[in-house]
Amino acid sequence: MATTTDSAAPAKPASALGEFWYYFSVNRGAVVGLTVFVVLLIFAAFAPVLAPYAPDAQFRDALLKPPIWDAAADPRFILGTDPVGRDMLSRLIHGARFSLFIGFFVVLGALIVGVTLGVLAGYFRGWVDVVVMRVMDIILAFPPLLLALVLVAILGPGLFNAMIAIALVLQPHFARLVRAAVMAEKNREYVTAAKLSGAGHFRLMLVTILPNCLGPLIVQATLSFSNAILEAAALGFLGMGAQPPTPEWGTMLATAREFIIKAPWVVTFPGLAILVTVLAINLIGDGLRDALDPKLKRS
Amino acid sequence: MSLLEIRNLSVAFDTSMGLFKAVDGIDIAVEAREVLAIVGESGSGKSVAMLATMGLLPDSATVTADRMSFEGRDLLAMSGSQKRRIIGKEIAMIFQEPIASLNPCFTVGFQIGEVLHQHLGLTGRAARQRSIELLELVGIRDAADKLGAFPHQMSGGQCQRVMIAMAISCNPKLLIADEPTTALDVTIQKQILDLLVQLQAETGMGLIMITHDMGVVAETADRVIVQYQGHKMEEADVLSLFENPQSNYTRALLSALPENAVGDRLPTVSDMLFEPAPGVRP
Repeated sequence: MATTTDSAAPAKPASALGEFWYYFSVNRGAVVGLTVFVVLLIFAAFAPVLAPYAPDAQFRDALLKPPIWDAAADPRFILGTDPVGRDMLSRLIHGARFSLFIGFFVVLGALIVGVTLGVLAGYFRGWVDVVVMRVMDIILAFPPLLLALVLVAILGPGLFNAMIAIALVLQPHFARLVRAAVMAEKNREYVTAAKLSGAGHFRLMLVTILPNCLGPLIVQATLSFSNAILEAAALGFLGMGAQPPTPEWGTMLATAREFIIKAPWVVTFPGLAILVTVLAINLIGDGLRDALDPKLKRS
Repeated sequence: MSLLEIRNLSVAFDTSMGLFKAVDGIDIAVEAREVLAIVGESGSGKSVAMLATMGLLPDSATVTADRMSFEGRDLLAMSGSQKRRIIGKEIAMIFQEPIASLNPCFTVGFQIGEVLHQHLGLTGRAARQRSIELLELVGIRDAADKLGAFPHQMSGGQCQRVMIAMAISCNPKLLIADEPTTALDVTIQKQILDLLVQLQAETGMGLIMITHDMGVVAETADRVIVQYQGHKMEEADVLSLFENPQSNYTRALLSALPENAVGDRLPTVSDMLFEPAPGVRP
């Protein structure tokens, strides 16, 4: 049998991104989630272009019009209109901006604070660790929504304050995760080797150890992203988050609550939008875990 | 004047069971251009003694010594930053687990570059050039390609070569190799040992080889210190140690070989120490 196998040249080391995609794309759900998320991003980025109307434009002649497939529908409004005659589709598309904005900045804030505290606690141990972790434990002891509500009550309602409150509630998870990871990595030989070649505390913490803790952090960040969107919606629904007429999905739900029997579409679509977004992001988080967890990797 | 001189070094760990003395009154001296081997079984304090010298032990360890000097400079009296300038540059160290000793998040090139930048101030093209030279020096083929490789993409032997390259990057005067071949298979062990000895001969640095393998000692060392449970049992040059061991422990260690098995029971050090059978074994 004459096989013509070229003596394969030693494979070039795969690029980090290529390797990541290889493991990520194995998970079908994650790819679907990513697709949905990219579509959402496009909607959010080009909202003014894609939305047929402005989010707060009122059509006084078309109050509570049902969606297009209903007999009584107005062909101008694909997903119908709300009680004051605003186009649901335009509001949902603009709402995507708010949700992604909330998710991103809440996670960023929680990440910065949580990672800083976690790295300090895990690296220095001793009293720093005790102080930081006990404060985190106290925050974690409160039901998250309740604590966010209390904070908003102190800071005053509004989207920005709600975001601060949610970030504060989410941040202990990051701190704990990072602390555990730092403690595990700190005793590894490469850290000793780095210390030996003259790295100071700051460099050891940020350059040597922290990048090795990123895997679980990225996963936690994606999951927190969806959490943040949910909690912002919940606060909006309770009237403590974004205030009407902001087209935030939770706030839209809250203002349409009384029409749930008469005009179910006003409540259904914002709810569906939240569901789909959160599901997509959770699926991505799952895929990231598969791709980034070294224990699941075989190279 | 010795390159590294340590007198009466003791290291104690504060454990839940009370104070544990891992090293008890050890003297070590290494001359320039000398290969010193420190042998002993697991837990005999050979690694701990070296880590203590480098100041790499955790806070639970108490290190005391009458004298600890490098080229006449007193390491005990130095501040942390003064010490950092010597350690890593003039005294380098390589570890047992080569793959674990490299940071899994960064490429080999980045990690070598880091050391070059820290101690020699090299950056950019100069650093890359020097990194390639170093990798070629330690016998890595396609050095330029390997700079972009991550530690998990290389074999254990290659990783150890990279560690050696990083260790010798600043032309250290003393290299401490802490069981450099334990985690490698036999053929690679031989290559790494040859490489270390060859580099030592070329650069004229002092080399401390920590090991529990008498074969490694015989092949590489000029002088040997035998350590047991934190005490120095014997110090001798390599020929007289193998031909005429002075302490009982060394004799026991040397005869604990599969050839001396009685029936299917392998000889151990403790048989020799506590049940001496005169006349049966050399």
